Amino acid sequence: MNASATKLRFEGVAKEFLRRGKPLPVLTAVDLEVKSGEFVCLLGPSGCGKSTLLNVAGGFERPSAGRVLIDGEPVERPSPKRIFVFQEYGIFPWASVWDNVCLGLRHLPAAELASRAQATIDLVGLKGFERSYPMELSGGMKQRVEVARALAVEPDVLFMDEPFGALDSLTRLTMRSELIRLWQQKRPTVLFVTHDVEESLQLAERIVVLSPRPGRIAGILELPFEHPRDPSDPRLAPLRRQLFAWLGVHP
Amino acid sequence: MSPLSLLLCLAGLLGLALGYGREQRLRAVAMPLALTLLLLGLWQGLCDLIDFGSWHWPWQAEPETAGRPPRRSLPSPRETVAALGELIANGRIWGDTVASLFRVTWGYLLATFVAIPLGLFAGWSTRTFEALNPLIQGLRPISPIAWIPIAILWFGIGDRAGIFLIFLASFFPIAVGSMAAVRSISTVHQRSALNFGLSGADLFRRVVLPAALPQIITSLRIALGVAWLVIVAAEMVGMDSGLGYLINDARNAGSRYDLVVATMGVIGAIGILLDFLIRQLEHFDEVRWGYSKR
Repeated sequence: MNASATKLRFEGVAKEFLRRGKPLPVLTAVDLEVKSGEFVCLLGPSGCGKSTLLNVAGGFERPSAGRVLIDGEPVERPSPKRIFVFQEYGIFPWASVWDNVCLGLRHLPAAELASRAQATIDLVGLKGFERSYPMELSGGMKQRVEVARALAVEPDVLFMDEPFGALDSLTRLTMRSELIRLWQQKRPTVLFVTHDVEESLQLAERIVVLSPRPGRIAGILELPFEHPRDPSDPRLAPLRRQLFAWLGVHP
Repeated sequence: MSPLSLLLCLAGLLGLALGYGREQRLRAVAMPLALTLLLLGLWQGLCDLIDFGSWHWPWQAEPETAGRPPRRSLPSPRETVAALGELIANGRIWGDTVASLFRVTWGYLLATFVAIPLGLFAGWSTRTFEALNPLIQGLRPISPIAWIPIAILWFGIGDRAGIFLIFLASFFPIAVGSMAAVRSISTVHQRSALNFGLSGADLFRRVVLPAALPQIITSLRIALGVAWLVIVAAEMVGMDSGLGYLINDARNAGSRYDLVVATMGVIGAIGILLDFLIRQLEHFDEVRWGYSKR
């Protein structure tokens, strides 16, 4: 696959919801291209439509106008090639870690299924917890299960909707560097929604800032820096100022 | 006050005092047991002190008791235990318990086999839900007791009428519970299933059924409680065996209120046992998540 090929293309994507019978625009005409294997953060205040944009790209919601193309094909419905990682644990509480990770592998022959599942579980550092149930795990470990479930199917695209938003700040830091490690190994295209400026500075190759509702692109930043990144790196300081300026926040 | 009542009261108070400072697990057993003993003691003492049947205000005339043995409105615990012994000795209690449990078992199982699939299907299919739900909600408030004349008309006096009534009593809680369980599957789980391409039998086996199971088990528990309430009432009105019939029979044949209270005790004990048994379903790994506080 050509590394610089366009993976995802948003063409004039707009979305309106009905609130008490009146149309409420949440997104207006978003145009964006994401390259294959790229890590892009969608950064914006809550209610700016960034999750809606992700849901449209994931095929869970239809845009009111415009379209999303993945590999040149318009997105009609969700697909196991593009996995969504939710903030509010999308893993199944009634299934063990093992069965959760096997969800997307159910069509494989038994031997291959077992080796893929075990490899993915080891990869996210959950070895020894295969038989545990989500309610017995901490928030960070639950999110590891969700990431493992997604990575097991070797998806082209990961949609991550504030995946670490429910975790404590230390776990969140660990999970970010873990995610970068996994991304560098597997190189899926990642679309990562966050409202956290530091998170976007630490993760993204490109940050797309969305304005408050109705969301539109306020600006795009390139971050050509190697991982892992030191948040006090002086090269990040002007970018941080720029992001806050676009967000209209003056800390 | 008899020595028995004093003994029970003392044992109860002692139990409460000793259990109070203990760890939770011990307390959970000791405290209710001690309180029960204390209340039994008070009940016994009350029966020793007051002759309810001839009790009267000072300004009222003495009730006519001459010519018949003094009768109280409430048999004492001692008399109740003796009555229970009598029911066990003459074998009466076994036959009636089996009759009640037989009707509950079959009516309940039939309801389970019809209501769970129907509820799951109606919960999943919006069209079916729209068509069926108003009907179910309309039939649900009709007490199964109100069906007794119809049940007897259709099935006569006997087991089949009882089974039919228990079927009705259990059907609605289970059907409504299963339906609501499917309809309340969370959006993230629905989307996860969609995302990983689950459909048909896979979707049902891996998501719909396991997601609904905790709530279905809760509805099974509610339904069993209702079934046990209804069978006693049904047997009192329209059957010629069972624990409900035994209560009626004991009253009609010689006002044996000691037998009445003893049977009530048996009904309560079996009710606790049934609830304990059905609650074992809540302990499986696959459903425990549904009962944890979040």
